Amino acid sequence: MSRHAAGPPPPEKPYRDPPTKPRRKRVVLADSRAPVTVLRTVVELEEQTSYGEELVSQFVRHQFHIAIRLWVLAVGILAAVPAVFFLVPTLAEVNVAGVRLPWLVIGVLPFPLLFGVGYWYNRVAERQEQAFVAMVEK
Amino acid sequence: MDAKVWALAGILLVTAATFYIGFRSSRTANTTQDFLVARRTVRSRRNAAAVSGEYLSAASFLGVAGLVLKDGADALWYPVGFTAGYLALMLFVAAPLRRSGAYTLPDFCEARLGSRALRGLAAAFVVFIGILYVVPQLQAAGLALANVLPVPTWVGALLVTIVVIVNVFGGGMRAITVVQAFQYWLKLFAIAAPTFVMCVLFIGNGGPRGGAITGLTEDLPPTFTKATTVRVDTPVTVRVDKAVVLSADGTVDGTPASGTVYWPAGEHTADAGTDLHFSPGSSVPVVLGAPADNASWLRPAAGAGDLFATYSLMLALFLGTMGLPHVLVRFYTNPDGRAARRTSLHILLLLSLFYLFPILLGALSRLYVPELLVTGRTDAAVLLLPTKIAPGLLGQILGAVTTAGAFAAFLSTSSGLVVSVSGVLSTDVLRGRVRDFRFATAIAGGAPLALAIVLRPSDISLSVGMSFAMAASTFCPVLLLGVWWRRLTWVGAAAGMIVGGGLVLTSLVLNTVSGFTGDWAPGVFGQPALITVPVAFLTVILVSKATQNKLPADLAQIRLRMHAPDGLGFIRDRAVARFGTAEERARLADGRHRK
Repeated sequence: MSRHAAGPPPPEKPYRDPPTKPRRKRVVLADSRAPVTVLRTVVELEEQTSYGEELVSQFVRHQFHIAIRLWVLAVGILAAVPAVFFLVPTLAEVNVAGVRLPWLVIGVLPFPLLFGVGYWYNRVAERQEQAFVAMVEK
Repeated sequence: MDAKVWALAGILLVTAATFYIGFRSSRTANTTQDFLVARRTVRSRRNAAAVSGEYLSAASFLGVAGLVLKDGADALWYPVGFTAGYLALMLFVAAPLRRSGAYTLPDFCEARLGSRALRGLAAAFVVFIGILYVVPQLQAAGLALANVLPVPTWVGALLVTIVVIVNVFGGGMRAITVVQAFQYWLKLFAIAAPTFVMCVLFIGNGGPRGGAITGLTEDLPPTFTKATTVRVDTPVTVRVDKAVVLSADGTVDGTPASGTVYWPAGEHTADAGTDLHFSPGSSVPVVLGAPADNASWLRPAAGAGDLFATYSLMLALFLGTMGLPHVLVRFYTNPDGRAARRTSLHILLLLSLFYLFPILLGALSRLYVPELLVTGRTDAAVLLLPTKIAPGLLGQILGAVTTAGAFAAFLSTSSGLVVSVSGVLSTDVLRGRVRDFRFATAIAGGAPLALAIVLRPSDISLSVGMSFAMAASTFCPVLLLGVWWRRLTWVGAAAGMIVGGGLVLTSLVLNTVSGFTGDWAPGVFGQPALITVPVAFLTVILVSKATQNKLPADLAQIRLRMHAPDGLGFIRDRAVARFGTAEERARLADGRHRK
């Protein structure tokens, strides 16, 4: 109550804590918007030192290799289908569960194949990215 | 008459729902970034449904079943290719494209290759491809509405354009995202439910043997199940395998006819305005160029020419999807590269689910609506099949459901195209404010509407295969090499786009001309991707190698941005950098925004 005992303080006078009783202070350890601890490797990546550039190139090469391998796998299987039916026409006459083989092989099977390859790629690519982040931040 | 009332109710319901959903989700959209990329806040599942909703246009909803009805086993490659395109997109493009931070396809070209000229060229291609796609959607909508209401065809086109423009006007990408996601599920229901019911009815009727129908495996042409009248609107040449007696009213085989006509095996013609009456049990003459009997319909490519066409189509579809500007722009709405990749994984699932149904419907149509084979206008199969399999109220309701689904396809595809074209127009021609975006929307919707009204449907009927060949020969090489090849230059990219696009256009023109003057063009002009795509790639590579002094200065930085995992926080949002508020830009400038 000591502050108000002498009436309202003049507006231009800055407010001061009473000296006897220290007020509770809020201590901010980290501003959520401030940059987190700067890591050496991240800086190297950003400033494009030869080491940083080599790291990126290697990572890009890894990602490309897995993508192209899975692409060749999926497209290789699909592209073989017309050729096989062209070279072995009797195969097109085979019935499986009442449906002609080509209709199953072209009309149904590619869809699970495509999704399976996509799912596989998603897992591998995300794992490679996590490994890269871990390597950079270690 | 009742069937038309039901169909009209379906169309109006879809239109009203689209309008309401767009209106509701427009409320939160007020900045340029909302309109261009929905503020990059669309999660992968929602975005996958939106992409699928946009992608399943009339060509998928109606066209796939029609192609299966006409071409049989070879047409199965269409749905497979439409889906496989997303695998290529996922493996090679999705994540780096999003991480580049661009907001339109031309902006990506500029971000990667640092050239305003290339940006302009890409913008021109986006607008060209976009308008080329919208016009057939609008015309199809016009025809669909004219079928159920006694109105001229421009009314349907106008209706779709108004709904699309109002939605895009109100909320841009923000509104369209929700609308398209809703329309995917609507279309899936509209094709899955009728297919289930019709398959049950088909099996309940005792399969193909139940009626006097030619089985799908027999070495005979399909047969009419009941007395059928076919009206020929454009001159047609058909092939008859088994002699048929019909009665004709008009011009047949070049001579006027009214009364009974005998067609021995061979080729026959009917002129526009002719009515052909067939009696039950007679075999169906099949339009020239499609397999005439069921056994060859059932077999995949048997000749070397067919094999070339199949491979060319596969290449166009596998690589063309990643060159479609309205599909790519949706990937910019994801929060990061990982979400973009997951989006394409979900798309693979959603499309696989959808495409099983048109295939089934196409096979059923061969049994129940073979009359479409006479004129070759097989796109109507999905709309006509329900009333043929299930006469009475059930058939009418199912028909209304498929009609509503088709209308949803017109609406969602045209909204996606209009939003992507207005995004490009507003940022490349205008200054990119919300006001500019709205102005661009009016142009991007109005210009195709005018074209759709002025042109006849056949004037601009770009086949699906051809438009994918176009995308695969222009944007695909630039994207693939732009993401993975460091030595690409803007000169090479521009040369590749011009050469690839030019070649496809040339073969399109030659093919059309030859269609009018006796079909002299070889099959390669009908599906040129197997030639044009490698040529486009080669041009980009050779010209780039010759112009290595034009490499962009910030190459290492943009590569780092495109490929570094999201967690490292190298993404820099170009939309914020250009259109953001001062505060947003400051946050961007103080370095990385890590998660």
